[in-house]
Amino acid sequence: MSYDWQPIWLTFKLAAIATFILCVIGIPFAWWLAHTRMRAKPVLEALVSMPLVLPPSVLGFYLLLAFSPAHWFGGFVEHIAGLKLAFSFSGLVVASVIFSFPFLVHPVQSGFQNLPRSLSEAAYTLGKGRWQTLRHVLLPNIKPQLLAGAVLAFAHTIGEFGVVLMIGGNLPGQTRVASIAIYDEVEAMNYDAANFYALVLFAVCFAILLAVHIINRKFLARIV
Amino acid sequence: MIELDIRKKLLGAHGGFTLELKLSLREGEFVTLFGESGAGKTTLLRCLAGLSEPDSGYILCNGKPWFSRDARLPAQQRRVGYMFQDYALFPNMSVRGNIEFALRKGTPRQRASELIELMALGELQHRMPNMLSGGQQQRVALARALAAEPRLLLLDEPFSALDHETRLRLQDEVLRLQRRYGLTTVMVSHDVGEVYRLSRRVLMIEHGRIVREGSPEEVFGAGQAGGKFCFAGEVLAIEAADVVFAVTLLVGNQIVRVIAAAEEAHKLEPGARVMLMSKAFNPVLVAC
Repeated sequence: MSYDWQPIWLTFKLAAIATFILCVIGIPFAWWLAHTRMRAKPVLEALVSMPLVLPPSVLGFYLLLAFSPAHWFGGFVEHIAGLKLAFSFSGLVVASVIFSFPFLVHPVQSGFQNLPRSLSEAAYTLGKGRWQTLRHVLLPNIKPQLLAGAVLAFAHTIGEFGVVLMIGGNLPGQTRVASIAIYDEVEAMNYDAANFYALVLFAVCFAILLAVHIINRKFLARIV
Repeated sequence: MIELDIRKKLLGAHGGFTLELKLSLREGEFVTLFGESGAGKTTLLRCLAGLSEPDSGYILCNGKPWFSRDARLPAQQRRVGYMFQDYALFPNMSVRGNIEFALRKGTPRQRASELIELMALGELQHRMPNMLSGGQQQRVALARALAAEPRLLLLDEPFSALDHETRLRLQDEVLRLQRRYGLTTVMVSHDVGEVYRLSRRVLMIEHGRIVREGSPEEVFGAGQAGGKFCFAGEVLAIEAADVVFAVTLLVGNQIVRVIAAAEEAHKLEPGARVMLMSKAFNPVLVAC
Protein backbone atom coordinates (compact mmCIF):
# COMPACT_ATOMS: atom_id res chain seq x y z
CA MET A 1 0.00 0.00 0.00
CA SER A 2 1.46 3.41 -0.88
CA TYR A 3 0.98 6.38 1.39
CA ASP A 4 0.62 10.02 0.55
CA TRP A 5 3.84 11.77 1.67
CA GLN A 6 2.49 15.17 0.74
CA PRO A 7 1.17 16.20 4.20
CA ILE A 8 4.44 15.20 5.85
CA TRP A 9 6.52 17.04 3.32
CA LEU A 10 4.25 20.07 3.76
CA THR A 11 4.59 19.91 7.54
CA PHE A 12 8.38 20.00 7.44
CA LYS A 13 8.42 22.68 4.79
CA LEU A 14 6.14 24.82 6.96
CA ALA A 15 8.23 24.18 10.08
CA ALA A 16 11.49 24.95 8.29
CA ILE A 17 10.28 28.20 6.75
CA ALA A 18 8.61 29.33 9.98
CA THR A 19 11.73 28.53 12.02
CA PHE A 20 13.93 30.43 9.59
CA ILE A 21 11.72 33.53 9.77
CA LEU A 22 11.50 33.16 13.56
CA CYS A 23 15.29 33.15 13.86
CA VAL A 24 15.59 36.25 11.70
CA ILE A 25 12.97 38.18 13.69
CA GLY A 26 13.15 36.48 17.08
CA ILE A 27 16.87 36.58 17.83
CA PRO A 28 17.28 40.36 17.47
CA PHE A 29 13.99 40.80 19.33
CA ALA A 30 15.18 38.56 22.18
CA TRP A 31 18.43 40.54 22.36
CA TRP A 32 16.51 43.79 22.49
CA LEU A 33 14.11 42.41 25.11
CA ALA A 34 17.01 41.21 27.24
CA HIS A 35 18.61 44.66 27.33
CA THR A 36 15.82 47.17 27.10
CA ARG A 37 14.86 49.28 30.08
CA MET A 38 11.60 50.33 28.51
CA ARG A 39 8.66 50.60 30.86
CA ALA A 40 6.43 48.58 28.56
CA LYS A 41 8.79 45.58 28.80
CA PRO A 42 6.46 43.48 31.04
CA VAL A 43 3.59 44.13 28.65
CA LEU A 44 5.65 42.96 25.69
CA GLU A 45 6.89 39.93 27.59
CA ALA A 46 3.32 38.99 28.49
CA LEU A 47 2.24 39.40 24.86
CA VAL A 48 5.08 37.20 23.65
CA SER A 49 4.07 34.51 26.15
CA MET A 50 0.39 34.56 25.23
CA PRO A 51 0.54 31.68 22.73
CA LEU A 52 1.81 29.45 25.56
CA VAL A 53 -1.46 29.69 27.47
CA LEU A 54 -4.07 30.74 24.97
CA PRO A 55 -6.15 27.97 23.38
CA PRO A 56 -4.93 27.65 19.78
CA SER A 57 -8.50 28.12 18.61
CA VAL A 58 -8.63 31.61 20.14
CA LEU A 59 -5.49 32.66 18.32
CA GLY A 60 -6.67 30.92 15.17
CA PHE A 61 -10.02 32.67 15.33
CA TYR A 62 -8.52 36.15 15.59
CA LEU A 63 -5.92 35.40 12.96
CA LEU A 64 -8.65 34.20 10.65
CA LEU A 65 -10.49 37.49 11.12
CA ALA A 66 -7.31 39.48 10.59
CA PHE A 67 -6.31 37.49 7.52
CA SER A 68 -9.64 38.04 5.80
CA PRO A 69 -9.28 40.37 2.81
CA ALA A 70 -12.10 42.44 4.31
CA HIS A 71 -9.94 43.23 7.36
CA TRP A 72 -7.39 46.04 7.03
CA PHE A 73 -4.44 43.72 7.80
CA GLY A 74 -5.46 41.01 5.34
CA GLY A 75 -6.36 43.65 2.77
CA PHE A 76 -3.07 45.45 3.29
CA VAL A 77 -0.96 42.29 2.86
CA GLU A 78 -2.92 41.29 -0.20
CA HIS A 79 -2.56 44.76 -1.66
CA ILE A 80 1.17 45.15 -0.94
CA ALA A 81 2.52 41.64 -1.41
CA GLY A 82 -0.28 40.05 -3.37
CA LEU A 83 -0.49 37.35 -0.70
CA LYS A 84 -3.75 35.78 0.28
CA LEU A 85 -3.31 34.76 3.90
CA ALA A 86 -6.58 33.03 4.78
CA PHE A 87 -6.68 29.37 3.78
CA SER A 88 -3.24 29.49 2.19
CA PHE A 89 0.27 28.26 2.92
CA SER A 90 1.61 31.79 3.50
CA GLY A 91 -1.12 32.30 6.08
CA LEU A 92 0.03 29.16 7.85
CA VAL A 93 3.61 30.47 7.90
CA VAL A 94 2.54 33.78 9.45
CA ALA A 95 0.38 32.02 12.03
CA SER A 96 3.16 29.55 12.89
CA VAL A 97 5.64 32.37 13.40
CA ILE A 98 3.29 34.07 15.84
CA PHE A 99 2.30 30.83 17.53
CA SER A 100 5.85 29.57 18.04
CA PHE A 101 7.35 32.96 18.93
CA PRO A 102 7.72 32.34 22.70
CA PHE A 103 9.38 28.98 22.09
CA LEU A 104 12.26 30.70 20.35
CA VAL A 105 12.33 34.00 22.23
CA HIS A 106 12.29 32.64 25.80
CA PRO A 107 15.41 30.45 25.70
CA VAL A 108 17.35 32.96 23.60
CA GLN A 109 16.37 35.87 25.83
CA SER A 110 17.41 34.04 28.99
CA GLY A 111 20.64 33.06 27.24
CA PHE A 112 21.43 36.72 26.59
CA GLN A 113 20.47 37.69 30.13
CA ASN A 114 22.71 35.07 31.69
CA LEU A 115 25.81 36.24 29.87
CA PRO A 116 27.94 38.54 32.03
CA ARG A 117 27.38 42.14 31.04
CA SER A 118 31.12 42.66 31.01
CA LEU A 119 31.40 40.59 27.81
CA SER A 120 29.56 43.11 25.66
CA GLU A 121 31.11 45.99 27.57
CA ALA A 122 34.57 44.61 26.89
CA ALA A 123 33.74 44.40 23.19
CA TYR A 124 32.48 48.00 23.23
CA THR A 125 35.65 49.30 24.85
CA LEU A 126 37.61 47.45 22.18
CA GLY A 127 35.82 49.58 19.62
CA LYS A 128 33.33 46.99 18.41
CA GLY A 129 29.82 48.07 17.47
CA ARG A 130 26.60 46.43 18.61
CA TRP A 131 26.21 44.29 15.53
CA GLN A 132 29.80 43.02 15.66
CA THR A 133 29.44 42.33 19.37
CA LEU A 134 26.21 40.42 18.83
CA ARG A 135 27.66 38.35 16.01
CA HIS A 136 31.13 37.57 17.29
CA VAL A 137 30.74 37.66 21.06
CA LEU A 138 27.16 37.15 22.21
CA LEU A 139 25.64 34.71 19.73
CA PRO A 140 28.56 32.23 19.76
CA ASN A 141 28.28 32.08 23.55
CA ILE A 142 24.60 31.17 23.63
CA LYS A 143 24.74 28.42 21.01
CA PRO A 144 22.97 25.88 23.26
CA GLN A 145 20.08 28.30 23.82
CA LEU A 146 19.90 29.18 20.13
CA LEU A 147 19.76 25.52 19.24
CA ALA A 148 17.16 24.82 21.93
CA GLY A 149 15.03 27.76 20.79
CA ALA A 150 15.18 26.89 17.10
CA VAL A 151 14.41 23.21 17.72
CA LEU A 152 11.54 23.95 20.09
CA ALA A 153 10.05 26.37 17.59
CA PHE A 154 10.49 23.81 14.80
CA ALA A 155 8.97 20.96 16.82
CA HIS A 156 6.15 23.14 18.05
CA THR A 157 5.26 24.12 14.49
CA ILE A 158 5.17 20.46 13.52
CA GLY A 159 2.82 19.73 16.39
CA GLU A 160 0.48 22.63 15.70
CA PHE A 161 -3.13 21.65 15.12
CA GLY A 162 -5.76 24.08 16.32
CA VAL A 163 -4.45 27.21 14.64
CA VAL A 164 -3.82 25.39 11.38
CA LEU A 165 -7.31 23.95 11.41
CA MET A 166 -8.85 27.37 12.01
CA ILE A 167 -7.00 29.37 9.41
CA GLY A 168 -5.73 26.76 6.99
CA GLY A 169 -8.69 24.58 6.44
CA ASN A 170 -7.78 21.28 4.91
CA LEU A 171 -6.60 21.88 1.37
CA PRO A 172 -4.43 19.00 0.09
CA GLY A 173 -0.99 20.20 -0.97
CA GLN A 174 -1.58 23.66 0.46
CA THR A 175 -2.66 23.60 4.05
CA ARG A 176 -3.19 19.91 4.76
CA VAL A 177 -0.30 19.30 7.17
CA ALA A 178 0.34 15.96 8.88
CA SER A 179 -1.49 16.75 12.12
CA ILE A 180 -4.61 17.63 10.12
CA ALA A 181 -4.19 14.59 7.90
CA ILE A 182 -4.13 12.33 10.94
CA TYR A 183 -7.37 13.82 12.22
CA ASP A 184 -8.85 13.50 8.78
CA GLU A 185 -7.90 9.87 8.32
CA VAL A 186 -9.23 8.95 11.74
CA GLU A 187 -12.51 10.62 10.88
CA ALA A 188 -12.61 8.52 7.74
CA MET A 189 -11.78 5.38 9.78
CA ASN A 190 -8.49 4.96 7.87
CA TYR A 191 -6.55 3.97 10.97
CA ASP A 192 -3.76 2.55 8.87
CA ALA A 193 -3.00 5.84 7.11
CA ALA A 194 -3.39 7.77 10.37
CA ASN A 195 -0.94 5.42 11.99
CA PHE A 196 1.54 6.00 9.18
CA TYR A 197 1.50 9.79 9.60
CA ALA A 198 1.57 9.55 13.36
CA LEU A 199 4.48 7.13 13.35
CA VAL A 200 6.55 9.26 10.97
CA LEU A 201 5.96 12.38 13.07
CA PHE A 202 6.77 10.51 16.25
CA ALA A 203 10.00 9.07 14.86
CA VAL A 204 11.24 12.30 13.30
CA CYS A 205 10.46 14.44 16.36
CA PHE A 206 12.13 11.92 18.64
CA ALA A 207 15.21 11.83 16.42
CA ILE A 208 15.49 15.63 16.36
CA LEU A 209 15.13 16.02 20.13
CA LEU A 210 17.58 13.19 20.76
CA ALA A 211 20.13 14.81 18.46
CA VAL A 212 19.71 18.13 20.26
CA HIS A 213 20.29 16.59 23.65
CA ILE A 214 23.38 14.74 22.45
CA ILE A 215 24.79 17.85 20.77
CA ASN A 216 24.09 20.02 23.79
CA ARG A 217 25.74 17.55 26.11
CA LYS A 218 28.89 17.51 24.01
CA PHE A 219 28.77 21.24 23.72
CA LEU A 220 28.35 21.74 27.45
CA ALA A 221 31.14 19.27 28.17
CA ARG A 222 33.42 21.46 26.11
CA ILE A 223 32.48 24.64 27.93
CA VAL A 224 32.27 23.50 31.54
CA MET B 1 45.50 64.84 29.19
CA ILE B 2 42.20 64.12 30.93
CA GLU B 3 40.20 66.77 32.73
CA LEU B 4 37.20 65.61 34.62
CA ASP B 5 34.55 67.16 36.81
CA ILE B 6 31.53 64.95 37.30
CA ARG B 7 28.60 64.35 39.58
CA LYS B 8 26.52 61.21 39.74
CA LYS B 9 24.00 59.92 42.26
CA LEU B 10 24.94 56.48 43.55
CA LEU B 11 23.27 53.95 45.77
CA GLY B 12 25.62 52.71 48.46
CA ALA B 13 25.27 50.12 51.20
CA HIS B 14 24.26 52.87 53.64
CA GLY B 15 21.84 54.77 51.45
CA GLY B 16 22.42 57.09 48.54
CA PHE B 17 25.29 59.50 48.10
CA THR B 18 26.65 61.67 45.34
CA LEU B 19 29.85 60.97 43.51
CA GLU B 20 31.54 64.34 43.16
CA LEU B 21 34.95 64.23 41.58
CA LYS B 22 37.23 66.76 40.00
CA LEU B 23 40.62 65.64 38.83
CA SER B 24 43.08 65.74 36.01
CA LEU B 25 45.38 63.04 34.69
CA ARG B 26 48.68 63.79 33.04
CA GLU B 27 49.96 61.90 30.03
CA GLY B 28 51.82 58.74 31.02
CA GLU B 29 50.80 58.93 34.67
CA PHE B 30 49.97 55.89 36.82
CA VAL B 31 47.21 56.84 39.25
CA THR B 32 45.58 54.61 41.84
CA LEU B 33 42.09 55.00 43.23
CA PHE B 34 42.09 53.71 46.77
CA GLY B 35 39.16 53.30 49.11
CA GLU B 36 36.49 51.01 50.47
CA SER B 37 34.20 49.11 48.15
CA GLY B 38 31.14 51.09 47.22
CA ALA B 39 32.98 54.40 47.41
CA GLY B 40 32.50 55.06 43.70
CA LYS B 41 35.88 53.98 42.31
CA THR B 42 34.55 51.56 39.72
CA THR B 43 31.87 54.07 38.72
CA LEU B 44 34.60 56.57 37.95
CA LEU B 45 36.36 54.02 35.73
CA ARG B 46 33.09 53.21 33.99
CA CYS B 47 32.39 56.87 33.35
CA LEU B 48 35.87 57.27 31.87
CA ALA B 49 35.34 54.24 29.64
CA GLY B 50 31.92 55.41 28.50
CA LEU B 51 30.08 52.45 30.03
CA SER B 52 28.20 54.66 32.50
CA GLU B 53 27.15 58.25 32.25
CA PRO B 54 27.59 60.92 34.90
CA ASP B 55 24.48 62.94 35.78
CA SER B 56 26.26 66.17 35.06
CA GLY B 57 29.69 67.66 34.55
CA TYR B 58 32.29 67.06 31.87
CA ILE B 59 35.11 64.73 30.84
CA LEU B 60 37.65 66.15 28.43
CA CYS B 61 40.45 64.26 26.74
CA ASN B 62 43.11 66.56 25.28
CA GLY B 63 40.46 69.26 25.14
CA LYS B 64 37.99 67.09 23.22
CA PRO B 65 34.75 66.39 25.11
CA TRP B 66 34.09 62.73 25.93
CA PHE B 67 31.14 63.77 28.00
CA SER B 68 29.60 67.19 28.38
CA ARG B 69 26.18 68.74 28.46
CA ASP B 70 25.64 68.28 24.78
CA ALA B 71 28.25 65.74 23.71
CA ARG B 72 28.62 62.03 24.29
CA LEU B 73 31.46 60.07 22.78
CA PRO B 74 30.46 56.39 22.71
CA ALA B 75 32.74 53.86 24.41
CA GLN B 76 33.75 52.50 21.01
CA GLN B 77 35.44 55.74 20.01
CA ARG B 78 37.27 56.56 23.22
CA ARG B 79 40.11 54.10 22.77
CA VAL B 80 40.18 53.12 26.39
CA GLY B 81 41.61 49.77 27.47
CA TYR B 82 39.45 48.43 30.29
CA MET B 83 40.49 45.43 32.31
CA PHE B 84 37.45 44.05 34.08
CA GLN B 85 37.51 42.49 37.51
CA ASP B 86 36.28 39.21 36.02
CA TYR B 87 38.60 39.73 32.99
CA ALA B 88 35.62 39.31 30.59
CA LEU B 89 37.55 37.09 28.18
CA PHE B 90 35.37 35.91 25.32
CA PRO B 91 34.75 32.21 26.11
CA ASN B 92 34.22 31.32 22.45
CA MET B 93 37.64 32.51 21.34
CA SER B 94 41.10 31.14 21.99
CA VAL B 95 43.78 33.24 23.66
CA ARG B 96 45.03 34.34 20.24
CA GLY B 97 41.44 34.84 19.04
CA ASN B 98 40.71 37.15 21.96
CA ILE B 99 43.76 39.26 21.21
CA GLU B 100 43.21 39.33 17.44
CA PHE B 101 39.57 40.33 17.90
CA ALA B 102 40.76 43.42 19.75
CA LEU B 103 43.04 44.62 16.95
CA ARG B 104 41.87 47.79 15.27
CA LYS B 105 41.07 47.77 11.59
CA GLY B 106 44.23 47.88 9.51
CA THR B 107 46.53 46.76 12.30
CA PRO B 108 48.74 43.93 11.07
CA ARG B 109 48.14 40.57 12.72
CA GLN B 110 51.74 40.68 13.77
CA ARG B 111 50.87 42.93 16.68
CA ALA B 112 48.90 40.06 18.20
CA SER B 113 51.95 37.82 17.89
CA GLU B 114 54.12 40.50 19.46
CA LEU B 115 51.81 40.83 22.44
CA ILE B 116 51.58 37.06 22.83
CA GLU B 117 55.35 36.91 22.96
CA LEU B 118 55.63 39.93 25.25
CA MET B 119 53.18 38.43 27.76
CA ALA B 120 54.75 34.96 27.46
CA LEU B 121 51.50 33.45 26.22
CA GLY B 122 53.06 31.50 23.34
CA GLU B 123 52.31 28.07 24.70
CA LEU B 124 48.79 29.03 25.70
CA GLN B 125 47.77 30.84 22.55
CA HIS B 126 45.47 28.12 21.23
CA ARG B 127 43.79 27.37 24.56
CA MET B 128 40.28 28.49 25.40
CA PRO B 129 39.90 30.90 28.35
CA ASN B 130 38.25 28.29 30.57
CA MET B 131 41.45 26.22 30.38
CA LEU B 132 43.53 29.01 31.93
CA SER B 133 44.38 29.80 35.54
CA GLY B 134 43.43 33.17 37.06
CA GLY B 135 46.87 34.64 36.49
CA GLN B 136 46.98 33.47 32.90
CA GLN B 137 43.53 34.91 32.22
CA GLN B 138 44.69 38.17 33.67
CA ARG B 139 47.66 38.28 31.32
CA VAL B 140 45.41 37.58 28.34
CA ALA B 141 43.02 40.33 29.45
CA LEU B 142 45.91 42.77 29.68
CA ALA B 143 47.29 41.73 26.29
CA ARG B 144 43.81 42.12 24.79
CA ALA B 145 43.36 45.58 26.28
CA LEU B 146 46.74 46.62 24.86
CA ALA B 147 46.02 45.11 21.44
CA ALA B 148 43.49 47.85 20.73
CA GLU B 149 46.24 50.46 21.26
CA PRO B 150 44.44 52.40 23.99
CA ARG B 151 45.22 55.96 24.96
CA LEU B 152 44.10 55.30 28.50
CA LEU B 153 44.33 52.06 30.45
CA LEU B 154 41.80 51.34 33.22
CA LEU B 155 42.43 48.49 35.64
CA ASP B 156 39.61 47.49 37.98
CA GLU B 157 41.18 45.61 40.89
CA PRO B 158 43.33 43.66 38.48
CA PHE B 159 45.08 41.47 41.02
CA SER B 160 42.40 40.84 43.61
CA ALA B 161 41.67 37.23 42.61
CA LEU B 162 45.28 36.09 42.49
CA ASP B 163 47.61 34.46 44.97
CA HIS B 164 50.49 36.45 46.41
CA GLU B 165 53.29 35.17 44.14
CA THR B 166 51.31 35.62 40.93
CA ARG B 167 50.22 39.00 42.10
CA LEU B 168 53.77 40.25 42.56
CA ARG B 169 54.86 38.89 39.19
CA LEU B 170 51.96 40.46 37.35
CA GLN B 171 52.37 43.78 39.12
CA ASP B 172 55.90 43.89 37.70
CA GLU B 173 54.55 43.02 34.30
CA VAL B 174 51.92 45.76 34.36
CA LEU B 175 54.52 48.28 35.45
CA ARG B 176 56.90 47.18 32.70
CA LEU B 177 54.21 47.47 30.00
CA GLN B 178 52.90 50.73 31.33
CA ARG B 179 56.37 52.24 31.08
CA ARG B 180 57.13 50.67 27.74
CA TYR B 181 54.05 52.16 26.11
CA GLY B 182 53.96 55.29 28.29
CA LEU B 183 50.32 54.58 28.97
CA THR B 184 48.21 56.81 31.15
CA THR B 185 46.80 54.32 33.63
CA VAL B 186 44.14 54.41 36.32
CA MET B 187 43.93 51.45 38.68
CA VAL B 188 41.43 50.64 41.39
CA SER B 189 42.98 48.91 44.37
CA HIS B 190 42.32 47.94 47.99
CA ASP B 191 45.86 46.86 48.61
CA VAL B 192 48.29 49.34 50.13
CA GLY B 193 51.32 47.30 49.09
CA GLU B 194 50.13 47.27 45.52
CA VAL B 195 49.64 51.01 45.53
CA TYR B 196 53.17 51.52 46.82
CA ARG B 197 54.67 49.26 44.22
CA LEU B 198 52.87 50.60 41.19
CA SER B 199 51.84 54.20 41.38
CA ARG B 200 53.29 57.58 42.20
CA ARG B 201 49.93 59.19 42.80
CA VAL B 202 47.04 57.98 44.92
CA LEU B 203 43.55 59.35 45.23
CA MET B 204 41.80 58.18 48.35
CA ILE B 205 38.07 58.13 47.74
CA GLU B 206 35.42 57.96 50.43
CA HIS B 207 31.67 58.27 49.80
CA GLY B 208 32.21 59.62 46.34
CA ARG B 209 34.73 62.30 47.23
CA ILE B 210 38.50 62.55 47.11
CA VAL B 211 39.53 62.84 50.74
CA ARG B 212 43.30 62.65 50.30
CA GLU B 213 45.61 62.92 47.35
CA GLY B 214 49.34 62.65 46.78
CA SER B 215 52.19 60.16 46.70
CA PRO B 216 51.58 56.88 48.55
CA GLU B 217 53.91 58.07 51.36
CA GLU B 218 51.89 61.23 51.85
CA VAL B 219 48.52 59.57 51.64
CA PHE B 220 49.23 56.63 53.91
CA GLY B 221 51.12 58.75 56.41
CA ALA B 222 54.40 56.86 56.40
CA GLY B 223 56.34 59.94 55.34
CA GLN B 224 55.28 61.91 58.41
CA ALA B 225 56.44 59.25 60.81
CA GLY B 226 59.90 59.10 59.28
CA GLY B 227 59.98 55.36 59.56
CA LYS B 228 62.72 53.49 57.81
CA PHE B 229 60.63 50.38 57.37
CA CYS B 230 56.96 50.53 56.80
CA PHE B 231 54.51 47.80 55.93
CA ALA B 232 50.79 47.77 55.64
CA GLY B 233 49.11 45.04 57.62
CA GLU B 234 45.85 43.79 58.96
CA VAL B 235 45.16 42.95 62.58
CA LEU B 236 44.20 39.31 62.98
CA ALA B 237 44.06 38.93 66.75
CA ILE B 238 44.84 40.79 69.97
CA GLU B 239 45.74 38.86 73.11
CA ALA B 240 46.63 40.13 76.54
CA ALA B 241 50.05 39.01 77.74
CA ASP B 242 50.82 40.27 81.26
CA VAL B 243 50.95 44.06 81.11
CA VAL B 244 51.25 44.33 77.33
CA PHE B 245 49.28 43.01 74.41
CA ALA B 246 50.42 40.69 71.66
CA VAL B 247 48.97 41.74 68.33
CA THR B 248 48.99 39.25 65.47
CA LEU B 249 49.25 40.92 62.07
CA LEU B 250 49.02 39.79 58.51
CA VAL B 251 51.69 41.61 56.48
CA GLY B 252 51.76 40.57 52.87
CA ASN B 253 51.30 36.84 53.19
CA GLN B 254 53.23 36.57 56.43
CA ILE B 255 51.95 36.40 59.97
CA VAL B 256 53.81 38.65 62.39
CA ARG B 257 53.42 39.11 66.15
CA VAL B 258 54.08 42.50 67.62
CA ILE B 259 53.94 43.80 71.16
CA ALA B 260 51.68 46.77 71.77
CA ALA B 261 51.03 48.88 74.83
CA ALA B 262 47.60 48.69 76.41
CA GLU B 263 46.40 52.10 75.20
CA GLU B 264 47.40 51.29 71.63
CA ALA B 265 45.88 47.84 71.73
CA HIS B 266 42.56 49.20 72.92
CA LYS B 267 42.30 51.32 69.80
CA LEU B 268 42.62 48.26 67.59
CA GLU B 269 40.29 45.47 66.76
CA PRO B 270 40.64 42.45 64.47
CA GLY B 271 40.30 43.47 60.85
CA ALA B 272 41.73 46.96 61.38
CA ARG B 273 44.30 48.19 58.88
CA VAL B 274 47.55 49.34 60.42
CA MET B 275 51.00 50.45 59.36
CA LEU B 276 53.86 48.48 60.89
CA MET B 277 56.93 50.67 61.20
CA SER B 278 60.34 50.30 62.62
CA LYS B 279 63.05 52.82 63.37
CA ALA B 280 66.55 52.72 64.78
CA PHE B 281 67.56 49.16 64.41
CA ASN B 282 70.00 47.35 62.23
CA PRO B 283 68.31 45.46 59.50
CA VAL B 284 69.94 42.20 58.56
CA LEU B 285 69.64 40.94 55.01
CA VAL B 286 69.78 37.24 54.45
CA ALA B 287 70.02 36.05 50.87
CA CYS B 288 67.45 33.44 49.96
